[in-house]
Amino acid sequence: MGRQADVVVIGGGITGTATLAALARLDLSCVLTEKEPDIAAGTTKANSAVLHAGFDAPTGSMKAKMNVEGNRLYHELQDELGLDIQWTGSLVCATTEEEKAQIEELKARGEANGVPGMEIWDGDKARAKEPNLSAAVCSALWAPTAGICWPFGMAEAFAENALENGAEILRDCEVTGIRAEDGQGFTIETTQGTIRARFVVNAAGVFADKVAAMAGDTSFSIHPRKGEYILFDKTAQDKMVRGIVFPAPTQTTKGILVCATTHGNTFVGPNAQEQDSRDDTAVTTAGMDEIIAGAKKLVPELPMGASITEFAGIRAVSDTNDFIVGESKTVKGLYHAAGIQSPGLTSAPAIARLLAEEIAKAAGAKAKAKVVKGRPAQPIFRELSAEEQAALIKKDARYGRIICRCETITEGEIVDAIKRPCGARTVDGVKRRIRAGMGRCQGGFCGPRVIEILSRELGIPVPKVRKDGADSYMYEEKLGGGRK
Amino acid sequence: MSELYDVIIVGGGPAGLTAALSAQQNGAKKILVLERDREPGGILQQCVHNGFGLHHFKEELTGPGYAQRCYDLVKDLPEVEILVDTMVLEVRKDKTVRAVSPTRGVMELHGKSVVLTMGCRERTRGAIRIPGTRPAGVYTAGAAQRMVNMEGYIPGRKIVILGSGDIGLIMARRMSLEGCKVQAVLEICPFSNGLTRNIVQCLNDYDIPLHLSHTIVAIHGKDRVTGVTVAKVDEKSRPIPGTEFEIDCDTVLLSVGLIPENELSRGLGLQMHPLTSGPIVDQRRETSEPGIFAAGNVVHVHDLVDFVSDEAEIAGKFAAKAALGAGGGAARDLAVTTGENIRTCVPQHLRLGAETESVRLFMRVTQPLRGKLKLKVESGGEEVFSKPLMIAKPSEMIAVDLPEAKVGALTSDLTVSLTEGN
Ligand SMILES: Cc1cc2nc3c(=O)[nH]c(=O)nc-3n(C[C@H](O)[C@H](O)[C@H](O)COP(=O)(O)OP(=O)(O)OC[C@H]3O[C@@H](n4cnc5c(N)ncnc54)[C@H](O)[C@@H]3O)c2cc1C
Ligand SMILES: Cc1cc2nc3c(=O)[nH]c(=O)nc-3n(C[C@H](O)[C@H](O)[C@H](O)COP(=O)(O)OP(=O)(O)OC[C@H]3O[C@@H](n4cnc5c(N)ncnc54)[C@H](O)[C@@H]3O)c2cc1C
Repeated sequence: MGRQADVVVIGGGITGTATLAALARLDLSCVLTEKEPDIAAGTTKANSAVLHAGFDAPTGSMKAKMNVEGNRLYHELQDELGLDIQWTGSLVCATTEEEKAQIEELKARGEANGVPGMEIWDGDKARAKEPNLSAAVCSALWAPTAGICWPFGMAEAFAENALENGAEILRDCEVTGIRAEDGQGFTIETTQGTIRARFVVNAAGVFADKVAAMAGDTSFSIHPRKGEYILFDKTAQDKMVRGIVFPAPTQTTKGILVCATTHGNTFVGPNAQEQDSRDDTAVTTAGMDEIIAGAKKLVPELPMGASITEFAGIRAVSDTNDFIVGESKTVKGLYHAAGIQSPGLTSAPAIARLLAEEIAKAAGAKAKAKVVKGRPAQPIFRELSAEEQAALIKKDARYGRIICRCETITEGEIVDAIKRPCGARTVDGVKRRIRAGMGRCQGGFCGPRVIEILSRELGIPVPKVRKDGADSYMYEEKLGGGRK
Repeated sequence: MSELYDVIIVGGGPAGLTAALSAQQNGAKKILVLERDREPGGILQQCVHNGFGLHHFKEELTGPGYAQRCYDLVKDLPEVEILVDTMVLEVRKDKTVRAVSPTRGVMELHGKSVVLTMGCRERTRGAIRIPGTRPAGVYTAGAAQRMVNMEGYIPGRKIVILGSGDIGLIMARRMSLEGCKVQAVLEICPFSNGLTRNIVQCLNDYDIPLHLSHTIVAIHGKDRVTGVTVAKVDEKSRPIPGTEFEIDCDTVLLSVGLIPENELSRGLGLQMHPLTSGPIVDQRRETSEPGIFAAGNVVHVHDLVDFVSDEAEIAGKFAAKAALGAGGGAARDLAVTTGENIRTCVPQHLRLGAETESVRLFMRVTQPLRGKLKLKVESGGEEVFSKPLMIAKPSEMIAVDLPEAKVGALTSDLTVSLTEGN
């Protein structure tokens, strides 16, 4: 009856998928459950996408250790997993004497945390790097090991690699109850039935305290803190920045930054707003005003006419303000990766490694005899040479049909995105994997075509095609019936 | 496929098809139309309502009917070849056109002249920054129109439409006819941006309220839209605190403007106009790059397809002439600048040679005006042409023809303006 696994990972964000990938390399059977239709549907899809160097967190904190180690690991993993990362380096800018002192402090902290290569630059050197920086910037902390990344793509890479190594991923599968069976493992109730497991990894993001409580661990709670953003079109890049630009940090956040994305867009944000809701990612007018004003301190001439979308993400802040990583103090066999706020993205491979080591020890597990390191190749039409494009179309004519004209994405790539090991099931899932609908028209033209392809490839009627969330159905049958 | 064409046309909408016909009529022998969609016809394929063609074909047609008419006129011409399912990726200054299709793969084509007729796209939620959540149920009116009219699905049952542009108004009626409830149309301007006939026929006839000077200040709902918060706005389009109210709905349709689709033009390095968002053209619709012409919505957004066809006839004709080496040198290059109350004017300059023809100017005004109005064209400080008008709206393009004799006599830059009184 039901499924059985050595380890169940709850949550398919960057933490859960990275941990699954690490666990799948051991001789353990592993299942990941994600309540949403797709992986990386929580905080992992909406954040600053910066791989931090590691100078922010207090020396000795879990955050600081995981950050510096995670950053190092990404440098190693980038080629192995084909991760979309650009090591741009980051600047923290000071505009007053007080801020100047603050960034000196940051540098000292970074050195204590083990961050390599930092330098203090004067304003002109910073502007030589980022010409649109405000004339008020008088000094900046340069950290060469920082980078920008595509967080969804990294979670996808971890997930695909985990699948290559025999793990299983269940989406649309919410964990609703966990029974610890007296040292005999766990019975996990989900919306897709019961799973028996020896170990449970709690990587449920802003819901990590709820999941812990299901298993009987009420030792911590999570406080949601929202951050809002505005994204700009690629055409605005000349007026923005090429890398990562922070202001001097405040008590609670690293401040409102101006930053490039790996796709050539730029964004401004985030702010920081405490709220009760764990899933209210509404963008507010006040928030927009706040981040525009904040960003203008760094780049005074923001090209507001070129903004293409706004979004918000929710930080999962724990009571201690630090990461909670490791076995529960009260429930044996339950491992937490909780309170994973920023720099959680950067820390994921380090957290994953730490948990996999602890679980391997507890389970007496060893590395699999044969470990797959990469994942299936993903042809990107627009990046191929003319000869390669011709060859690809000859093999599969669907690579000759452009569906998304803003980003030059072919039907072949959309079908591949759906058919891949952890393939897309929603319109936003297609968008996050291959950017169809991510450009200037935001899916205005290709939206209907993508829906048609999803319907065909998944074998579901159009009214069953969803945008993103579990109930995010898009179109209805004209005559009555709805989508039943 | 590396043959040399006289004229290559990028886009097979009404502009592209009409340009092909005109090029053929003006002597071009090898004309190629490249269209990315599965069939030619452009955006009109989804505009199933009628009201098209009164000027151009002297007959009232539906959108697909108009497109069909354009297509029928060229489809059997031996000089015209139309490739569908073919996306143009790049146009180069030497008039090499790079395109791709499932059946022919990647193609490099060469033209003696090129006409750009890529149409336009819709502005989206992000471009106007609507606060709130990001659930399913928010669509551009054009995308919803395609789903309803071409694929046979409806976006929802209780609809709020933001923007009173023509597509929004047409969709208000369309959704009502589908049995949906259109709760309201909201317009941030103090006036509608649609044609008067559309306000009457699409809103008034269906008792759909139009709230002028109102906008959506928040969208609600986690997975699917559950409602919107609406507020009145001040003269600067800023929401006025305290005026908010809620409207219950499951769908929001956006009709908040169109933007010419000019990626290829930018790739070519054409000079662009900041207000039309299209390439700068002369009266022959030649862009800043010799031998590269443009017409239709890619140059400036039209409200009537008839004018699109008129413009495409011009572009097709001069593209053919250029291809045949009969371009004719231009002795005088005169700028057409905008004066009082005029926001845009196409063409932006005239390049006049020995041969001259009458010139049609297409204009949009900055704000609605009513009463005794005078449209004036001045050159070198003197009035060379004028026309009385009773009413002018930003949503309705004004077209005037400068007679051939006047054009022939022009020697200095022109200014067009619309003044009140005499
Ligand atoms: C505004 C902002 C900016 C940030 N910027 C950066 C940055 O620049 N650099 C950086 O390193 N970090 C950054 N972070 C932090 C980073 O985004 C997060 O730390 C990271 O994404 C957390 O990943 P996660 O997998 O732990 O959580 P999530 O991505 O939230 O994943 C948790 C998953 O668990 C699922 N889940 C929850 N409950 C259940 C259940 N009962 N059953 C099944 N599934 C469940 C959820 O649906 C979700 O998909 C930022 C965060 C925010 C909010
Ligand atoms: C949603 C919508 C509704 C409208 N409704 C009305 C209406 O009711 N009445 C009215 O009079 N006008 C309406 N219009 C205005 C309408 O656009 C014009 O009347 C007319 O269709 C414009 O013709 P066009 O040929 O310039 O552009 P389009 O009709 O848009 O044609 C452009 C063509 O170029 C193709 N194309 C673009 N890029 C490429 C490329 N790189 N390679 C190959 N092909 C390409 C496109 O697929 C398209 O077929 C509407 C416009 C829109 C956007």
